[in-house]
Amino acid sequence: MSQSMQQLWQRFWRSPAGRIGLGLTITLLLLALLAPLLHPYDPATEQDLTARLQPPSSTHWFGTDGRGRDMLTLVWYGIRTSLLISLLSVGLGLVIGVLLGLLAGYLRGWVDTLISWLTDILLAFPSILLAIAIVTVTGPSLQSALIAIAIMQIPIYIRLTRAMVLSLREQEFVLAVRALGATPTRIIWRHILPASLAPIIVQATLSIGTATLEAAGLGFLGLGAQPPTPELGTLLADAFKGGYSLTSPWTTLFPGLFITLNVLAFNLLGDGLRDSSDPR
Amino acid sequence: MWIYLFKRLLGLIPVLLGITLLVFSFLHLIPGDPAVVLLGERATPDQLAALRSQLGLDQPLPLQYLAFLRNLLHLDLGTSIISGIPVGDELRSRFPATFELSLAAMLVALMVGIPAGVLAAVRKQSWLDHLAMTGSLLGVSLPVYWLGLLLIYLFAVNLQWLPPSGRMSVDAGLNFTPITGFYVLDALLQGNGPVLGDVLLHLVLPALTLGTIPLAILARITRSALLETISQDYIRTARAKGVSEFWVIGRHALKNALLPISTIIGLQFGTLLGGAILTETIFSWPGVGAWIYEGILTRDYPVVQGGVLFVAIAFVLINSLVDLSYVLIDPRIRHR
Repeated sequence: MSQSMQQLWQRFWRSPAGRIGLGLTITLLLLALLAPLLHPYDPATEQDLTARLQPPSSTHWFGTDGRGRDMLTLVWYGIRTSLLISLLSVGLGLVIGVLLGLLAGYLRGWVDTLISWLTDILLAFPSILLAIAIVTVTGPSLQSALIAIAIMQIPIYIRLTRAMVLSLREQEFVLAVRALGATPTRIIWRHILPASLAPIIVQATLSIGTATLEAAGLGFLGLGAQPPTPELGTLLADAFKGGYSLTSPWTTLFPGLFITLNVLAFNLLGDGLRDSSDPR
Repeated sequence: MWIYLFKRLLGLIPVLLGITLLVFSFLHLIPGDPAVVLLGERATPDQLAALRSQLGLDQPLPLQYLAFLRNLLHLDLGTSIISGIPVGDELRSRFPATFELSLAAMLVALMVGIPAGVLAAVRKQSWLDHLAMTGSLLGVSLPVYWLGLLLIYLFAVNLQWLPPSGRMSVDAGLNFTPITGFYVLDALLQGNGPVLGDVLLHLVLPALTLGTIPLAILARITRSALLETISQDYIRTARAKGVSEFWVIGRHALKNALLPISTIIGLQFGTLLGGAILTETIFSWPGVGAWIYEGILTRDYPVVQGGVLFVAIAFVLINSLVDLSYVLIDPRIRHR
């Protein structure tokens, strides 16, 4: 581990928020990964209509839903689906956004004007609304929700990367490699991108929290994962539309709690990373 | 200053055109014939042909886009497939409900978020600061629709203090004729106390739910903006001259921290209009958001298209108004 990375880690470890966030994130990731091995019931097939809307008990720790399915299993798999959507969508949005941001910031001119115009348009939509518009066009599914959330992430990374490139491209180390005859591609990939990574990683961590909320929001509106895939927002929607969210509160309590924990974990982790990468 | 205003307004045109282009493409990107999409699978060939000709769907796309813009300028956003009511009319009747809810939510956010941020900054590293910041972190991590359900469960079902849904109770509605569509204002104008009370009670839970995220963000931004201002030399000078702490914070520091705070207020207000879709659904609030949700469920594309376009344009215009308000808050901007 290089000295600067060691310092970064030490600063991160001093932040209680960062430590709690890291612990929560690892726990949730482990839960998501181990779901198929440790889950008590099969979420898709195991339903017992005679045991509908049972409150939490020793057999069903989180109770059962309106179709007699075990809520613990559903929530467990829901965490897996939510994490899958948020991690993949942020990853996809980040790659496209960073690429476009690098191009806009380095090439300037009409490329910059066009990309900045597209960014302004995407940012002109309140995020959930843009996702709704996209999913209405592509049809509700897990993949559509993933693509919609990825598209919503793109403008944030374009703005961030473009601003970083604009400030870095005039710095002496970049001017020096340019004077040595390095090609624009080499300058971008080998010099500008590595120097811009820290804020991008911090933003990505914070974006995972937002993406989790948006994915669950789409699921709640019926535009995310479709049955029988368990997803936390869809579980809330099932209880709400089924009319038992208020009479059997455990059907909403646990899915909502785990959405909050998912978001909180990445927000705390992002806060810790931001504070350690920018000690000011 | 007028040149600045003119430039800002001119800068809006490409963004607004981009929004209309994106929303126009929306109907054409849906797989299948737009006429079938608009009229549904049961439409007869004659009906489909008539609609194609009426909407110019048989024309080249650039001409269709120009016609779309022309209709938009006449506030013609098409007709709902399900209800047959023009989208523009429905928007006009539902917008006051959404706007009233967003205003109430913003009021909650301002009344709690700014004092919490000020307290956190003034008592930095104290238990008050930790409490405010933990609360704000939790606030941005909560799914609003879940919070809404919890609030209904607690305050409407269990304690029965507040109504669970709607804008007013049936009894109150019997003695009330809306004028502007903003029920609080209408009740005030008519001097109708019982209706005003009923409408305000109906507003509490949805406004709390919708206001949570802006409240949390405002508390955070107020704290950081105030901490930045408090460390400035002129604040130290004011303190050295013996100015009271209340006056230093209220008169000098908070005033200068207003620029970032007002940016967030504007951004969040625009977001509230879009975010209202989830809150309105939970509370059966008859606004634009719940209407878009119904449009999604029934695949009523003109409704979704018109609703999305309307909220996006409102979002841009509100953000521009906030930009323009900077000129009043910070006169230096005029001279840049």
